[in-house]
Amino acid sequence: MASYPRAEISPPSGSLFPHKHLLGIWGMDPTSIKHLLDVAEKYVDQNRQAKKTTSTCAGLTQINLFFENSTRTLMSFEIAGKRLGMDTISMSTGTSSIKKGETLLDTAATLNAMHPDVLVMRHADSGAVKLLSEKMDCAVINAGDGRSEHPTQALLDALTIRRRKGQIHGQTIVISGDIAHSRVARSNIYLLNAMGARVRLIAPPTLLPVDVDRLGVEVYHRMDEGLEGADVVMMLRLQQERMNGAFLPSLREYYRFWGLTKEKLSVAKDDVLVMHPGPMNRGVEIASDVADDLDRSAIEEQVEMGVAARMACLDVLTRGLRGDE
Amino acid sequence: MATLYKNARLIDPSNETDVKGDLLVENGLIAEIGENITTPEGAEIVDCKGRILSPGIIDMRSHSVDSAAAAAGGITTVILQPNQTTLIDSDAVVERIRRRSEDGNSVRVYPMGAATQGMSGEQVAEIGQMQESGAVAFTDCNKAVSNPLVMRRLLEYSGYFGALIVQYAQDASLAADGFAHEGELATRLGLAGIPAAAEVIQIERDARLSELTGSPVHFALVSSREGVEAVRRAKAQGIKITCATAPHYLMLNDNALEGYRTFAKVLPPLRSEEDRLALIAGLADGTIDVMVSDHNPKSADVKRLPLGQAAAGIVGAETLLALTLSVVHSGKVELMTALKALISTPAQLLKLPYGTLKKGAPADLMIFDAEKPWRILSEEFKSVAKNTPFDTVPVQGQVWRTIVGGKTLFNQEA
Repeated sequence: MASYPRAEISPPSGSLFPHKHLLGIWGMDPTSIKHLLDVAEKYVDQNRQAKKTTSTCAGLTQINLFFENSTRTLMSFEIAGKRLGMDTISMSTGTSSIKKGETLLDTAATLNAMHPDVLVMRHADSGAVKLLSEKMDCAVINAGDGRSEHPTQALLDALTIRRRKGQIHGQTIVISGDIAHSRVARSNIYLLNAMGARVRLIAPPTLLPVDVDRLGVEVYHRMDEGLEGADVVMMLRLQQERMNGAFLPSLREYYRFWGLTKEKLSVAKDDVLVMHPGPMNRGVEIASDVADDLDRSAIEEQVEMGVAARMACLDVLTRGLRGDE
Repeated sequence: MATLYKNARLIDPSNETDVKGDLLVENGLIAEIGENITTPEGAEIVDCKGRILSPGIIDMRSHSVDSAAAAAGGITTVILQPNQTTLIDSDAVVERIRRRSEDGNSVRVYPMGAATQGMSGEQVAEIGQMQESGAVAFTDCNKAVSNPLVMRRLLEYSGYFGALIVQYAQDASLAADGFAHEGELATRLGLAGIPAAAEVIQIERDARLSELTGSPVHFALVSSREGVEAVRRAKAQGIKITCATAPHYLMLNDNALEGYRTFAKVLPPLRSEEDRLALIAGLADGTIDVMVSDHNPKSADVKRLPLGQAAAGIVGAETLLALTLSVVHSGKVELMTALKALISTPAQLLKLPYGTLKKGAPADLMIFDAEKPWRILSEEFKSVAKNTPFDTVPVQGQVWRTIVGGKTLFNQEA
């Protein structure tokens, strides 16, 4: 693939975020994670002002390339880019239309020739974003790949927890639901472990991948045991399309045993924080009265933090390009 | 036309002999073997300088006729898998492949025929006619015959012809859409896994069916500790089952997929370290009968894809000997055991006249230096495809010459 001369995008030496891309949380050190969260914190305040847009990244081009349908993540990235003053272009295409990887790499070549400064990508295959990043000169952000990682979701979750609980270290955080197919769960496990939280997983055995306990988590099947004394509960969306795959007998049964209700939540700490990456299946993985409990639910705040966290990622990854630090 | 190979270490795994001496080839056959053979007039003399001269490798599992690559790897007979562009499930296709390989300028090629028609797993294929045309065994290649009744009929029917059924040891339902070993790495990277149980369940079921029918079953590629143990147990009970593995399962574990490396994507998948060690032990004690290359050249176009979409398979022909010898050099497997698995056992299983240094046998030979160090460099492969996870890996043991029917097809010094 042709490589065109361009400004150096690598991070400045001594940067608190010494990565060219954001492909996943795995392997990222706590300093880098904390740096992104600290920068995001600044953007939370900016986003609450009347004038939200700055010229921080003015003149830079951000392409959002989504091979999987998404509304909230795509919009969140688009808003994040615009608020930093970037020119953002979004392209959403189903996996059916661009199925072959040759096309993926061809797409990479095409996009690369257009000199974007940041590429945000979502893809149905684990590792697809990494493959594409090897062909791109610009910074690449993983907006979710297969069942591998969704790093910005983990960052926004961490930001939410840090703001509500003061710190992540030492918190008992439960992730509950379809762990096996969840990229959100993986990124959160890696991030929360790196930041010193105690991570518990709760799921029926069919929705837990093998050897998951070797990722440094405690595994529970029963909600009452896993939720005991929890500081935070992250519910995952049950992907209803998987219900036919012999994973679960019915939604009704799933809700009975693994749906988060007030009753089940009663064994957690009084000030337990309830989270959900959305979109929610009310009455399947979470009861409406829990989701809408303003004292405990941080679900809307997560969406708000999403924009800030993504602004932080875009900002930090383009600093080398902008000559800033 | 005579050639005298002098000063060789003659190893014949078919009768476990290992002696110093000479070997005379006349008219494509082994004419004389022993010490101080008189040189016939006009014979070419090749000084082997103490290198090992053995029968050539019979590679029981290749997905492609890649003659130059095979010859460079010491392979003199390639057993082609039936999943070709034109599926090998009729005598006509078998005959065409056999005819093409008899031009004397390539390694020998024998196909395995499909075990079921169209490899559909539903109807027994025309085993008798394909066998008459030169098919040496029958398999549905990368698909196990999953219906136990069809498998039973297949074994009963093949038994009549004395034909060998080769089964892919993987329960298709359990494997589902998986492509990585179901373990910590697959969980961490978010890859669809295949449990080792998919292998052992297939082996145990087919061992029962072999016992029921009295017909032998050969498992094409065993990859797991439990698979090896199941074969070992069945053999101890006197059940006629045999199995093979490939060197990559002895050399690598599933960590090779780290970073979504598609060159390490093979089926069955590379498994855990425990599995890898059990396979080496299985080869050492004879539970694993055969070493195969599973040679499967793939272009960059189908490998440079996201791991889930990328084609499985590696080019194995040129590295089969050296990688197999690695477990010999590490002291875990005897040289004779390794050579039997590469050469004489496949010949016996497939009832081929090769794989021996007996007088009168076809002069299908390889001469190699078992100690010679070299580095695997994919760019130097004779195979057009370069898909190997072993690029730049140092190995020991190199083929010097490969001779098929008395004719030298590969000469390291040429």
